[in-house]
Amino acid sequence: MSRTQRRNLWLGLAFVSPWIVGFVLFLAFPMVQSLWYSFTDKNVMGAGGWVGLENYRELLLRDKLFRISLYNTLYITLLGVPLSLGLSLVLALMLNLKVRGISFYRTAFYIPSIVPAVAASMLWMWVLNPRYGLINDLLWRIGIKGPLWLGSPPWAKPALIIMSLWGVGNTMLIYLSSLQDVPSQLYEAAELDGAGVWSKFRHVTLPMITPVTLFNLIMGIINSFQYFTQAFIVSQGKGGPANSTLFYTLYLYQKAFRDLQMGYAAAMGWILFLIILSLTLLIVRFSKSWVYYEGGER
Amino acid sequence: MKAKLLKPTLTSLGLAVAGLFFLLPFLWMISTSLKTDAEAFSIPAHWIPRVIQWSNYKKAVTTIPFFQQTLNTLYISVMTTVGTVISSALPAYGFARIKWPGRDALFTLVLATMMLPFAVQMIPMYVIFRQLGWVNSFKPLWVPSFFGAAFNIFLLRQFFMTIPKELSEAARIDGLSELGIFARIIMPLSRPAVTTVAVLNFLWAWTMFLEPLIFLNDPKLYTLSLGLRAFQSAHTAQWAVLMAAGVIFTVPIVLLFFAAQRVFIEGITLTGIKG
Repeated sequence: MSRTQRRNLWLGLAFVSPWIVGFVLFLAFPMVQSLWYSFTDKNVMGAGGWVGLENYRELLLRDKLFRISLYNTLYITLLGVPLSLGLSLVLALMLNLKVRGISFYRTAFYIPSIVPAVAASMLWMWVLNPRYGLINDLLWRIGIKGPLWLGSPPWAKPALIIMSLWGVGNTMLIYLSSLQDVPSQLYEAAELDGAGVWSKFRHVTLPMITPVTLFNLIMGIINSFQYFTQAFIVSQGKGGPANSTLFYTLYLYQKAFRDLQMGYAAAMGWILFLIILSLTLLIVRFSKSWVYYEGGER
Repeated sequence: MKAKLLKPTLTSLGLAVAGLFFLLPFLWMISTSLKTDAEAFSIPAHWIPRVIQWSNYKKAVTTIPFFQQTLNTLYISVMTTVGTVISSALPAYGFARIKWPGRDALFTLVLATMMLPFAVQMIPMYVIFRQLGWVNSFKPLWVPSFFGAAFNIFLLRQFFMTIPKELSEAARIDGLSELGIFARIIMPLSRPAVTTVAVLNFLWAWTMFLEPLIFLNDPKLYTLSLGLRAFQSAHTAQWAVLMAAGVIFTVPIVLLFFAAQRVFIEGITLTGIKG
């Protein structure tokens, strides 16, 4: 290593050091610690005795609530993430057409996403109130008897998904900026080849925004697996009715801070981490077949 | 001709329908917040309150220790924002503007940490902070923000890389140290990106819920999120006052958005650069 190189190495490390210290103290160390806890029956006070794989065995083989929470989480992920990506894209496409009032609509679509989750959840509990809420009132006016929404096990998760669609503003803006980055020559060339609106969308727009779709998809899944605040507010932390809103992170929270089974909850945390990690790797791996990068391979 | 006429009309219709979906719940919240409880429970619902009930707002502000909770939330938000900006800008500079062996591998690690669910670290962090006697203080909520945040490092690095190298080289010839270049050249030139990080982080801290829920048990220390939730569990059926409290919690953020609209939109656009 030359002198400049060595100097740069020290300089670089010095600048990066806040992150390195933080990584060790608040990420790496807690991760190892929680892996250790996951093999013990730790509660809040004591050190916890070694139980080997017992927590994992209990979770994967016997704990019915764990299975329900995993099912609920998969439900809103598999349904909610594609729906919110789809809605974001449709909204972004409309905003990209430059009709009148566009900046008004952009603001209107975005603002719900910055409403504090606690306030937004309460607002939607009221909007979805079975008797006096806005939605069932509108349904009633056209002669439909609305469901009990958050009060009914089969409708609670769809209700939460509708609620999350209200907050797609962020994803929509990311899509909008990527739509504006698609070079107009591509559209002109496609028009020369006789492409209509649909085939321009299908063969120019969609491929060009695939990197952003990949990004939104991964972030959407990671966030969906950590879905917590809304479920906590609408069910008062209980996950009801009939465990229909008991999501993974909510159950983990209950185990750790209500039942004080820290070791058990730590095992849940690690399973969650492994699920997210393998899903992300899987998506990235298969993304090569559908994500288009300008300028070839990276 | 027909297609040309059809397209704008269809889009306008789509925009209007979507607009209703996003705006009606807000109007409904404001409308309810100005009704009496009895009026909120009327069937069919009507939008304009017969007599405007400003007293709901007064009740909301006086029942929740609103002033104290605003101060708590403000303190936490300001501290985390200051911490995040400083401790993310420095590493971002190290990753973007100095070339050193191992840099790119370490940056990949930074990106990978974005996948770590908070739920995994949450339990050991609680145990550690409990041992330090930090539970029921604001420290667990802001101290970690002084040690860099992956997403913000990523965002600032993207921006720092767009600044021409020649500027740094000229400054080096003029005898400026690396820290001097960072503080006097790169940071001032990156004001839009730095503001974005600051505003988005402030917003995140202002609204966060799970972290204060775990670390704060004393109602005197509650943030607005916790205060509103405590208020909700104590007043389940009083929707008018609840909605008033919700409006009060939301309004500062909407104002912040309008004051810094450009910052929001540009910041999110920066996020999208990721490939």
